[in-house]
Parts: sequence; structure tokens; C-alpha cells
Amino acid sequence: MALKGTVVIDQERCKGCQLCTLACPQNVLLLDADLLNAKGYHPARLEESHNFCTGCAVCAVICPDACITVFRQPSPRRVERTEAIYG
Amino acid sequence: MIPAAELERVYERPESLTALHTNYCPGCTHGVAHRLVAEALDELELREQTILVAPVGCAVFAYEYFNLDGCEAAHGRAPAMATGIKRLLPDRTVLTYQGDGDLASIGIAEIIHAAARGEPITTIFVNNAIYGMTGGQMAPTSLPNQRTTSSPSGRDVALTGQPLRVSEMLATLPGAAYIVRRSLHDPANIRKAKKAILTAIQVQQRGLGFSMVELLSTCPTNWGMTPAEALTWVKDHMLSIYPLGDYKVSDAARELSA
Amino acid sequence: MVKELLKGNVAIAEAAVRAGCRAYFGYPITPQTELLEYLSSRMIALGRVFLQAESEVAAINMVYGAACTGARVMTSSSSPGFSLMQEGLSYIAASDLPCVVVDVMRGGPGLGNILPSQGDYFQVTRSAGHGDYHPIVLAPATVQEAIDMTVLAFDLADHYRHLVILALDGLIGQMMEPAELPEWQADPPTPDWAVTGAAHRAPNRITSMHLRADESEAYNQHIQRRLEHIRAAEQRSIEMYTDDAELLVIGFGSAGRIAASAVEMAREDGLNVGLFRPQTLYPFPSDRLAELAEQVGACLVVEMNAGQMLDDVRLAVSGRAPVEFFGRMGGAIPLPEEILDTIEMLCWSLHVVE
Repeated sequence: MALKGTVVIDQERCKGCQLCTLACPQNVLLLDADLLNAKGYHPARLEESHNFCTGCAVCAVICPDACITVFRQPSPRRVERTEAIYG
Repeated sequence: MIPAAELERVYERPESLTALHTNYCPGCTHGVAHRLVAEALDELELREQTILVAPVGCAVFAYEYFNLDGCEAAHGRAPAMATGIKRLLPDRTVLTYQGDGDLASIGIAEIIHAAARGEPITTIFVNNAIYGMTGGQMAPTSLPNQRTTSSPSGRDVALTGQPLRVSEMLATLPGAAYIVRRSLHDPANIRKAKKAILTAIQVQQRGLGFSMVELLSTCPTNWGMTPAEALTWVKDHMLSIYPLGDYKVSDAARELSA
Repeated sequence: MVKELLKGNVAIAEAAVRAGCRAYFGYPITPQTELLEYLSSRMIALGRVFLQAESEVAAINMVYGAACTGARVMTSSSSPGFSLMQEGLSYIAASDLPCVVVDVMRGGPGLGNILPSQGDYFQVTRSAGHGDYHPIVLAPATVQEAIDMTVLAFDLADHYRHLVILALDGLIGQMMEPAELPEWQADPPTPDWAVTGAAHRAPNRITSMHLRADESEAYNQHIQRRLEHIRAAEQRSIEMYTDDAELLVIGFGSAGRIAASAVEMAREDGLNVGLFRPQTLYPFPSDRLAELAEQVGACLVVEMNAGQMLDDVRLAVSGRAPVEFFGRMGGAIPLPEEILDTIEMLCWSLHVVE
């Protein structure tokens, strides 16, 4: 599967509320049962093994703690347009 | 994992928020509301021209969480304080951020008169139907039969009246230019809330009058629910009492929100 | 400048304008309303801010917001309205914000009446709101002094970043007297702590919240140090015939002024009576009063209340001389003759004792 996007989660900021894990359409977010942050929460993490994240940013939209930075592969169409404009 | 350099950064913490961790409970939608306001200010490039008036309530530290000039109002008085600021600095963007105890109970006079004057300020009204900071007491916005620590058998409307619908009430005032109710219970509604906040701030920038976005929000801790259950409770119980919609959009404001 | 016939409330309003007051927020209440009415046209004509608030509660919080922008701002009220401002005053004081509040005192308690009184002495000096602080309190006895003290109030507020209250009874607010208005003051620069938008600097934040006990106590100590400074530098009073006084009559505002007439009458009768009139109620002019208490046989406090400044006099005199009291309440104004009766009786008893 072609990789389209990824997220970086600030795990110290995360309070483990699970809203992102439940909202993720690809079901690639989960709470990290092996990690406790300084606040005592199991923070969310991305399950990366299958590269299913599309970078849709739904997780970041619902995150109450602004923990999630979302990256997405530029769409080919946008790359073409950018190249057309800037060479 | 693909190298981040090849990827486009499509979402990150807005500049108008500080890096400080908030004191909100896990899953509390105050954090979402903060982020939306900050994103709107970033997009409108208003961070350096904005003054935030924080309330008394769980958002009492809002002035620390926003990367803005800010001040701390007495309980319910944020609209009066914002009036004082806006009258002295009419070219700045002045926001009040208030909960339902603050705005709909102790501060109801100040919000009505600010709206009646058409004060060109923007109010973010976070309605979660309960007093959060003091530990879950009944608010004027609590739902009929809602159990709180001061209505342990459920809100008895025969004794305490029906929930106060602030957006509907303020919409009757000519000074109000933009009064809408949105909800934060799912990503689609959060996106609509963001758009409304953008419009409300633009209404202020154009000097069209008073603007307010009411945001239906959660209080997982005092409702005794998980954050996900709380979002469902908003959808299942609050939406019928507090219907979403545009309660007042003046003609001039309509051009902005189109 | 020339003297004009000016009503106290109007004179204070125009003095505030000339002292650079950029914004006024208020609510109608007798006997201060002329102040609000005058500014309603004057401020707008000058392109400044005037707003009639929906209540005194809103008015003081508008002042709170306006003061956060670093501008010179003011409100005015009268006793019951001033009571409504207490919460806001405490927030303003605890946020280190300069502002000026005029209290034109009327008869109370409760709704009382609109007659002159000094019944707010405790309210204005003891805290004017919750928590450990005192505002600076100035008490004029004439229209001219009300003008001068209005300008002084703005200067002291800015200098100390402190709340200043101009406390006058309704007599001074309502009476007309010849008086001279002050020069126009230039606007002071915007202070660096003001909230104006965080452009090219870190955000400014104005708050009175300190959750931790150690932080809150440190902040309280900061206020107390400032008050200590104010007590050392700002005690003000006026004296008459104190050089050889056996009996010292003490009164502020109108009561002090009426007492001055009684003292003049007593002097004509050959009695060695002097007058001490505090111009600052906080800081109370205790230092000078303590000196005078060493040289007089007795003190007589005259007030238009049940004896409120009396407490401060007793603290200052501290047993050095007996302290007697004559007061009228509820809007009643003492006559010089009835004060003179008390003076004569006290002078007689002093000599009987000797």
C-alpha cells in the first residue's frame, strides 16, 4: 500500500482521551499501553506497520489538546500545478 | 515511515496557542474550542492585534493558553471588560471566551447589554450545561432532569425553570449581527464551528456589530462519562434542547458567511 | 486662568478631562449624576470615550477593561452604587491597574436618601472590596480642592499603579463655588504592561489570580510594600490654630469645613481650639496627628456618620489624649453652633480637670 500520510503525536501533551483513536477512519491510532507519560496517561500513537494513515487530519480536528501534527504527501495534481507555476 | 521532508505539513498547533499544557480534563472540548479560535486568528493574521478576555470557570487560565495579550475578568463580567478595551482600542480584535455559568447565569446582564449596544466584540460561548470548575453544579443551561451535584435527583423544571437558550434570546436584539450555535461533538461539526468562528471575527473586523458563536461542549468529568460517551450525549440529548443553526445573521454579515 | 462659579460634580468632571481622562463609564445615581451628564457631551465632543453602563457592576468592569489598555480612566458613583462596584475595585487593585473612582457619598444605610453623608468612610478606606489592600483615598472640602485632588488622583494612580478614590460628601458635589480649573495635561505614553495586542513582543497578561499560596502571599507582600511606601509619602492634612491649641477638632470633607467655622467662633470666644483636617483618608495622616496629640489636652472628632474616622484618630492618638466624638447621620448636616456647644463643654471640662 502506498504511503500517503503520517502523524506526529506529542505524547507528553496527550491525555489519552481516545477521541482521536475513535475518530480515525483508518483505525491506525491507538493508546500506547506500554507508555505512561509524565501526567500518568497512556498517550495515543500511530500504528505504522501497514502505512494506512492518509493524513486526513480528522484526528487533529478532534484532538482537544492540539497534540497532533499531520503530514500528507502532496497530491500529484498539486505537484504538477506547483511545477507549472514555479518551474 | 516516510521522511517528513517529503510530506506537506497539513495540520499543526496554531501559533495563537502557547505550548503550555492545559489543565482541562482528558477529552474536554474546551481544548477544541481553544484550538479553533487560535486557528481562526492565525488564518486571519490577527494574533498580534487581538486581546482576549478570559472568564471565571474552567477556562480561567485561557489567557495563559492563548499566545495573545489577555486579561482576566471577574465572574460574568467579560463583556463589560471587553467593552472597556474595545472602546479604547477600536481597531483591535477583542474576544471574550465564556462558559455557560459565567455567561448565562451571573453574567447575563453584561452579555445582553453588550449585544444590545452592538458592541463590536466577539464572544465564544462554551455551553456544556453544567458548572465545571466548581464541581458539576446545575447551570441555567442544564437540561430538564439532568443530574448535577446541586440537582442530585435531576433538574426539576417546576422549581428551577427551563434551560436558558442564550443564542435565541440574543438573536432578538438589533445590535447582534451574528449569533450562531454550533457543536463540537464530531469532526464535521467541529469544522462548521471553525467556519463560524472565522465569520464572527470577520463581523467584528468590519464593525458590523456584536457576534457570538455558541459551542455545545462536553464535561466528561462532571457528567460522569468517558470523553467518547460525552460526545454522544451532546448529540443525543443537547441537540434537541439546543438546536444548531444561525439565529441571527445580519444582511452585512450574510455576505461574509456566504 | 480665572476663577469660575462651578458646581462640585461638574468641576471634578472638567478637571478629569484636563488631567487626560480618556474614558468614563458610569451609571446615574444622585447626588453624583451631574458628573456623568457633563461628561456625556464633553467626552464625545473631544473624541474620547463616554459610555453609560447598564449598572455600576458593568461600569466598574468597563473601567477595569479600559484601564488594562493603559489609558487614564474614571468612573463615579454614590454610596449604594459604590457598594455595587466592590468586586471590580478589588480586581482592579489586585491587577496593579491605575484608575480613579469618585464616590459622592449620600445618606445610608440601605437606599437611605440623597442627602450628604460621610457614611462610606469604612467602605472606601478599609478595602473597597475583598482582600488585603487599601485604595488611596482623597477627601476634598471645597470645590477647588475637589478639582486639585482630581488631578492629583490621576497622577497618584499612574505613579503607584494603584486605585485612587476621591471621596466627597454630596454637599461638595452639589455646591457651587468660585474655583480655578487646571491646565491641560499631555497624555502620558502607553505603559509597557498594557494589553494592546502582542505585536513584536511577548504577550502581556493582566490577572489577579495566584493559585499557589506562596505566589499569592508574595503578591500580597508586593501590595503591602507599595502601601507602606504610600503611607510614608502621601499623608496629607490641613491645620488651623494648632500652635497653641488645647482642644484639637478633627474632621474631613464638609464636616471638617463646618468644624473650621466652629473653631473660628471658639477662637472669637477666646478658647484655644485648633483644627486638623485630613485630606488623605488613606493613608490617614497619623504621623502629624500623633505629634499634635502630644501637645493638646483633648481631641474632638466631627463627622457626618456614627464615628468611622474616629477609629483612625484613636489609633493615631493612641491614648496620648482623650478622644471625643460629635456626629450627625443619615444626611443630617452638623451646624457650626452645635459643634461649638460641644467645643465649649469640652474646654470647660478640660479646665475643671486641671
